[in-house]
Amino acid sequence: MAILTKEQAQAILKKALSYSKAEECEVSLQGSEGGNIRYARNAVSTAGDISTMSLGVSSTFAKKTGTATINEFDDASLEKVIRRSEELAQLAPANPEYVSLEGPKTFQEAKTYNATTAAVNPDIRADAVLKSLNVAKEAKLEAAGFLENTTGFRAIMNSKGLFAYNTNTDVSFSVTTRNQAGTGSGYVEQSYNDVSKLDTLALTKIAAGKANGSAGARAIEPGKYTVILEPLAVSGMLSYMFNGFDARSAEEGRNFMSKKGGGTRLNEQLFGENINIYSDPFNPDLPGNTWSGDGLPLERTQWVEKGVVKNLAYSRYWAGQKGVKPLPGTNRPIFTGGTASLEDLIKSTEKGILVTRFWYIRMVDPQTVLLTGLTRDGTFYIENGKIAFPVKNFRFNESPIIMLNNVEAMGKPQRSENMMVPPMKIRDFTFSSLSDAV
Amino acid sequence: MKRSEFLYLSGMGAGALMLPNLDAFARHIDPLEALDGMDVKLKKALADVALNTAKSKGASYADVRIGRYLNQFVATRETRVQGVANTESFGVGIRVIANGCWGFASSNLVTKEDIAKTAERAVAVAKANAKIQGSPVQLAPQKGLGEVSWKSPIERNAFEVPVKEKVELLLQTNGIAMAGGASFINSAIFAVNEQKYFASTDGSYIDQDIHRIYPQFNITKIDRATGKFDTIKSSSTPMGMSYDYLEPKAESKVGGIVTRYKDRYDILADVKEVTAKVDEKMKAKSVEPGKWDVVLDPSHLWLTIHESVGHPTELDRVLGYEANYAGTSFLTLDRMNSKKFNFGNKHVNIVADKLQKNSLGAVGYDDEGVPCKKWDLVKEGILVNFQATRDQAHMIGLNESQGCSYAQSWADVQFQRMPNVSLQPGKEKMSVDDMIKNVEKGIYIIGDGSFSIDQQRYNFQFGGQMFYEIKEGKIVGMLRDVAYQSNTQEFWNACGGVCDESDYRLGGAFNDGKGQPSQSNAVSHGSSTARFNGVNVINTARKI
Repeated sequence: MAILTKEQAQAILKKALSYSKAEECEVSLQGSEGGNIRYARNAVSTAGDISTMSLGVSSTFAKKTGTATINEFDDASLEKVIRRSEELAQLAPANPEYVSLEGPKTFQEAKTYNATTAAVNPDIRADAVLKSLNVAKEAKLEAAGFLENTTGFRAIMNSKGLFAYNTNTDVSFSVTTRNQAGTGSGYVEQSYNDVSKLDTLALTKIAAGKANGSAGARAIEPGKYTVILEPLAVSGMLSYMFNGFDARSAEEGRNFMSKKGGGTRLNEQLFGENINIYSDPFNPDLPGNTWSGDGLPLERTQWVEKGVVKNLAYSRYWAGQKGVKPLPGTNRPIFTGGTASLEDLIKSTEKGILVTRFWYIRMVDPQTVLLTGLTRDGTFYIENGKIAFPVKNFRFNESPIIMLNNVEAMGKPQRSENMMVPPMKIRDFTFSSLSDAV
Repeated sequence: MKRSEFLYLSGMGAGALMLPNLDAFARHIDPLEALDGMDVKLKKALADVALNTAKSKGASYADVRIGRYLNQFVATRETRVQGVANTESFGVGIRVIANGCWGFASSNLVTKEDIAKTAERAVAVAKANAKIQGSPVQLAPQKGLGEVSWKSPIERNAFEVPVKEKVELLLQTNGIAMAGGASFINSAIFAVNEQKYFASTDGSYIDQDIHRIYPQFNITKIDRATGKFDTIKSSSTPMGMSYDYLEPKAESKVGGIVTRYKDRYDILADVKEVTAKVDEKMKAKSVEPGKWDVVLDPSHLWLTIHESVGHPTELDRVLGYEANYAGTSFLTLDRMNSKKFNFGNKHVNIVADKLQKNSLGAVGYDDEGVPCKKWDLVKEGILVNFQATRDQAHMIGLNESQGCSYAQSWADVQFQRMPNVSLQPGKEKMSVDDMIKNVEKGIYIIGDGSFSIDQQRYNFQFGGQMFYEIKEGKIVGMLRDVAYQSNTQEFWNACGGVCDESDYRLGGAFNDGKGQPSQSNAVSHGSSTARFNGVNVINTARKI
């Protein structure tokens, strides 16, 4: 059984620590159970079932740290892994950036476990996929999709008395539907903590609508357009930006938060006044763990308020160097957004382009976070508040920093990958060339 | 969806427990512990348990992979060692066909009893999914090979080189960069050893010992006054070699405006040379957008080949099996079958080759027991073939597999992955100097940079590491903010020539991503320097 209770996990970790002779020692235990089905050409292609558990140990003598992991849990194996990490510690050079371990703390209980999700079995997965396949077949479309569920636990303990434990569940589903002629494609992707929110039939219908609606796309000139980005397109653009919210690299002068002449852009107005970003492990739609791997509490943190950068992440080492409190990074960011629906955003747009999602987004220039990528699976021209016709896919070259200065309206945030983001209406978004891809 | 295509090996500074991209099952071990592989007789006995159990539970076909995967990372920055980690991952993956459907299960428990349970799980998965299966799986025949083995032809095993020697080499590298004016440097050596035992109900028992290595550095230079920074990375590439790659040989150096390397790499000479280039890069003239002839060094061109030739000729993409993730392909079965589709012009000859010495894709047998081979993909510009596995071969009229099956570990199911895909050198004698002297207005691009291509592989955009302006046949200085955009077919039809084989080199990646759940594949791409005429170059500078 790969999912241990708090007491079972605590017992293994205590036993492991009892063998330690190091100055400091931390042990972590994690396990997961899960399964997946992959389908394509309207039939299942591969499927798998994976169950695993592993124990990691870091032992430190005079800032010399060694790490070892093992996946057997009898007493002899526990002692062996501790000894092995201690031997490696003696081989490793001293790390001047080593920081003594955190002491005992009380963490709030996370809301990341859902019993219904944990009970998903191969038959439930097969039934969910069958519903999706039936939608595609009825619509005379070809479906390719992926459904995966996992249940996991994680626990940490150290020689200074820290202990933390957490369980989590997750289910993710995505499907691409394409028409027979290969001229239309639609996509949808959703992840949930709670599988009862997953409706593969309704989601596949959305993808099918986009596939049929995107057939016969017209080519329009690339250039600067007002765009409405659906949440998947928004999260794709923003995922590259949050690495910059790191104090050390900003202060070292090597990310977009670095300031001319030295220092950082903390407390500067970097984005439009309508941009508010925070993280919160207790958000019901995006619950997260309440502690970090190095034993720090994860709490609600405001990263951007009215466009002003309010916080940068500090590692325990860098915080010590700078005399500030350590702050874990922007894990699972949440945008405040607005109240409009996607339809409202379309209605308010005289001329613009609706983007379902972006594909193959890559950093072009880290100095400005200039990204490139392409639209995919449903790109539409909007005229006089209505979707007028599908358009061929574009390549874009745009920076999320520039984009978040050009947001005209936002809808209600929803989970997209590991963020909560709204659909956004953005002016002057730069498309640089056309693509023939469908 | 997520970070598709290339899976990044990100920062390595957070302590070994946080090491990225390690298999969740990987356990850290003493450096020398895992060098003595498991006895082949024992592996055969365990494999037979898997095959016999699967058959007794109703499988019509089964294969089993017992794998031990070793990784070693040594990572440093400036004067400090950030992490030294040795990991081992050991387990078994069993794939079966039952009721005409694939099933797969894997486990880190490798006793006879646990293997039997895992085989049962694989059969159960196949039977559960048979109800949503289309047509039954059809395997191309593969005769049993009996007991055979293959080893990477390495000269010095990286796992036997003391950690101290690696640390000293990297810190010496860092020292040269810092003395040369770098603001920061990160450097690392990443070594891989896959010990794989494969057996199938066809009667093959295959023992393989595969090595790969990737030494690398990345230099950053900061200009505090302007707030600008720039980076440049090493001229190294991942290779299907071991520590021998890091032992320089004079004949492996390729001279030119920047020294480049064939199958031996001189990290100390490279860091000295490259550090001096960062200043030049920061001060370079910003490129004028428009049409330019581009001359692409193999250290750059490998990635363009990978994205625009390697991926669209993957048969699973052509058929639609990757539609939900990596995408499909503009290269259809009709286009290939016509033998008339002008993928490129007459200069363009591209081969798939899993035999190439020192390449990342070279093995003796693929992960479904098919002996490796070499075949044409594009011949004198015409698309002639794809890349197939046993269950796909019949779909393109082949009666045997091309040996393109690979799984990143024992825990993952094998599927169609890219072999080495390489541009053949020009047949006529031509050096890089000969090529450049005929270019009136061009950009000579060295090293790979930013990369992006659409899901059917038409429209792409590539950056690079160093960009040299060519004016009337001469290199006149560096440019910056350069990226080029093109359409795959137009680009390969604009090929203005390929240098001869004396310039031929490999580039490659450890981490080509495909599949759901996503898996990494290591693959090399060879070429000589090649010219492409009238390519659209954009300027990537912005103000924020």
